[in-house]
Formats: sequence, structure tokens, C-alpha cells
Amino acid sequence: MAKYLLLKHYNRTSGPDWLPGTNVPMDQWAPEEITEHVAFMQRWADEMSERGEFVDGQALAPEGAFVRYDGEGKPPVTDGPFPETKELIAGWMVIDVDSQERAYEAAARLSAAPGKDGQPIHEWIEVRPFYGEAPVVTE
Amino acid sequence: MKVSLDPALLRELTPQVLGILVRRGVEFAAAEDAVQEALLEAVRRWPDALPDDPLAWLVTVAGRKVIDEHRSASARTRREVRDHLEPVRGPAEQTDDTLLLLSRCCHPDLTPGSAIALTLRAVGGLTTAQIARAFLVPEATMAQRISRAKRSVSGQPFGRPGEVGAVLRVLYLIFNEGFTGEVDLAVEAIRLTRQLAASTDDPEIAGLLALMLLHHARRAARRTAHDALVPLADQDRSLWDTALIAEAVGILQGALARDALGEYQVQAAIAALHDDAATAEETDWVQILEWYDELVRIAPSPVVLLNRAVAVGSADGPLAGLKALEPLDPALPRYDAVAAWLHEQAGNLTEAARLYAVAAGRAPNLAEVNHLRRQAARLSRA
Repeated sequence: MAKYLLLKHYNRTSGPDWLPGTNVPMDQWAPEEITEHVAFMQRWADEMSERGEFVDGQALAPEGAFVRYDGEGKPPVTDGPFPETKELIAGWMVIDVDSQERAYEAAARLSAAPGKDGQPIHEWIEVRPFYGEAPVVTE
Repeated sequence: MKVSLDPALLRELTPQVLGILVRRGVEFAAAEDAVQEALLEAVRRWPDALPDDPLAWLVTVAGRKVIDEHRSASARTRREVRDHLEPVRGPAEQTDDTLLLLSRCCHPDLTPGSAIALTLRAVGGLTTAQIARAFLVPEATMAQRISRAKRSVSGQPFGRPGEVGAVLRVLYLIFNEGFTGEVDLAVEAIRLTRQLAASTDDPEIAGLLALMLLHHARRAARRTAHDALVPLADQDRSLWDTALIAEAVGILQGALARDALGEYQVQAAIAALHDDAATAEETDWVQILEWYDELVRIAPSPVVLLNRAVAVGSADGPLAGLKALEPLDPALPRYDAVAAWLHEQAGNLTEAARLYAVAAGRAPNLAEVNHLRRQAARLSRA
């Protein structure tokens, strides 16, 4: 088994042109479209849990800050807050699956979340493998 | 007075109880649930009064759990089950069901991850919480993985001896998980393989056991105090467990004498030749290469061919090694690391440094990433 981080950026470069999808910000969707979108992600997580593949997942607030060390005894330096940008990370999920193929399948399923008019949004899901443990046998 | 409960005893008894129930006709998933409940009860009760015959106690309690489960079913079914599960008088059966249970848990229809989890619980006697911690997933996730696995093997015909191969693959994968927390999976895999080898006479089972012991013997030398990987050639061989190596070599010789060669025996033979060398320079690479040729014949795979290229490089020189690498797909895991090492041996240090850096970028775990980065840095500075 291997763990993968799935990042949701709401970036979209494909899907039918006539579909507003994520080109229309979520605050311009109909309330029931937002509800259905959220419910879809919950169903996805339930389905992954039922398969014994779900590890964790959280949604993130769009605004954050950069913080760094500034020397002993000095308060942290902060930069920001930054508004929502195209580098937005809206949420993350961690899954534990048998193969990369299975990770891609789960990510593609997540990318089919419905948007405006209930059509799949075709967003890009970033899939990043975790480093695992070094195996015992290598020769 | 309370006595402390020996977890090893419970883990040893788990597969025996399960085997007895399954052999008496209880459906696998139901039997496994009942055994888990009986174990919980043992943990509660035994510290106050350890039964004279713990196995018979567990069989009786688990049998009662199966009947309880069937209460909701028809009275007719209940009577039939009761007939089957009357508590045994006298000693419980001594037949070893390890292979029977392992073939069920390692059924080829299961994904490796599911087979591993089910094996560790049903035969290894680990709790779901322990298995979850070992694989760094929430307990609910592991519980779900196990119950799904049980559902998919329920009602499947029991494994035939031909499926020993599937069992060995799963045990090998568990061994390779190594040590990630409170449960030492390498030790657990060795324990299960020992148990299987004691009950089933098969040279490949013995071969796998020998292979595991030969690798396990080097464990203390495999990492530095700072947890950095130490490659075989650089290991402090005085840290190797010579008693374990001697035991493994004995097991391997017994298996090889049966004249039914298989991939695990060959891999064990290669590991034994490494373990037999007092220094890296004394390694008998010519013989190791002969075993790799045997392995290519029996169980060819790109990974075997890649490892063989290392042996060729050591036996016949780095240029021969690079030639052996040529027909292989550069996308193979660890291809760049092998190529880097061969180039280094051939004196192409710039190319070797470049390839070590590429390999670091592609390595699947942080220990290897850091090791390969250090190799790249060492050559870049030279």
C-alpha cells in the first residue's frame, strides 16, 4: 500500500466550453449546487473509507500567511495575509491505496464533483506520493 | 492475584482456534469475528484465572459467540450449528491449520494490502488497532479494509496447495514492510513463516524462511545511529547475527537438497553468499551471478535483470554491467541508482554524480533519497 496526497486547487483547463464549471466562482452557484458539490465530496470520502483506503482529509480556509524565524528572541516575521490566488489549495485528502493506478482512479473520481448546473467540474487534482519506508530487501 | 497475560500465547492460539472452527464448518468471516471476540474476553478474564487448557477455553468461548450470532437466524439453523459446536471434551485437535488459513487470507482475488491486513489479524493474531498503527492509517480504515477482505473471500473455495505461491508472496511483502512502530512486521513475518514451515513441508517455504533470516541477520548494520541507510558493501559485518545466519544456511541447505528449486531458494542462496563473505571484497560475485542467471530462468522480471546487472558489474567489471543494463527500461525503479553505481566503478564520476542526483529525485522513500543525495554530493565535491 502507498499513501498519496490529493490536493484540490479548483484549477480547470478542460470540460465542455458551455459548462460554467469552476470558471464561475462558487459564490455565484445556486445554493443547491454548492450543497450537491459538498455532498459529492462527502460521498467520495465515505466510499474511500468503505474500501479501507481513506486516511484523512480537510478543507482549508482560502486565506493564510507566510511565517518565518527572525532570530533568537525576536517575534516571528509574517507576510500576508494573502487573498485567494490561483495557487489556492482548497482542501487535501490522504489516501492509502494498492497502486498508483488506483490513486489516479480515485483522484479522477474526485475531479468529477458536480459544479454549476450539476455538471462535473473536471478540475485538476494534484496527486503527490508520500515517501514510504525503505524496504528490507533491496539486493 | 492477577497474572500478566502473555500476548505471544494469544497470538499463537489465534490461528489454531480459527482453524478448528473453520474445519468444523463455521463460515470463515463468522469464525474470524467470533475468535476476535473470544480473544477480547480472554484479555478481560485470564489475568484473574488462567484456564488449564487455554486453547480449549478459546474454542468453547468462540463457539458460543458463533451460536450467539446465529440466534437471530431460524431455530433449525441454530440446532445444526449447535451440533457442530458442542464444546470438545479432552484435548483440542492438534492438526495444524496454518496453511489452510493462510491460503484463505492470501486468496489471489485480494489486493496485496487487503491480504496483508487479513493475514496479520486472522493468522497473526494482531488487533485491528495494532495493524492500523503499523501502517499509519486510522483504525476505522483498517477495520473496513479487513472486513471488506473477509467479505470477498467468504464463500470462496479453500486454497489448494498450488496457491502456496500467493501465501509466500504476502508473507514476503509483510517482511519487507520492516519496522514502522510498535509492531515489528519483519519479526511477525518470520514468526508466521516459521509456523508455516513447521506444518507444511515445501522447499520454497523453507527458502523464504531462510531468505528472511539472512536479511534479518544484517538488521543492526543496515542503518547508522542517525538512521541513514548503510549499503551492504559498507556495513560493519561484526554487527551481523552469525547464529541467525548459521540457522538460515542450514534451512537453505535442507531445502536445496530436495532438488525442487524455486525463486525464494535462489534469492536465499544469493543472500547467503553475501552473508558468507567476511569482507565485501571477499564476496563470491561469480557464484552470485550464476544464481542470478538461475533466477532469470525461473522467475524472470525487470527487477531481477536490474539486480543481475549489479552482479555482472561486480563479477565481470563495470563495462559489462553497463552492457547488461542496456536492454532494460530506464523507467524501472532504481535503474538510475544502478547506472550511477556502475558509472562510478567505471570512473565516469561526472556522469555518476548526475545519475545519483536523478536517482535521488525518483527514490520512493526518504532514507534512499538522502542516501543517494549523499552519493551525488560525494562525487560532485571530489
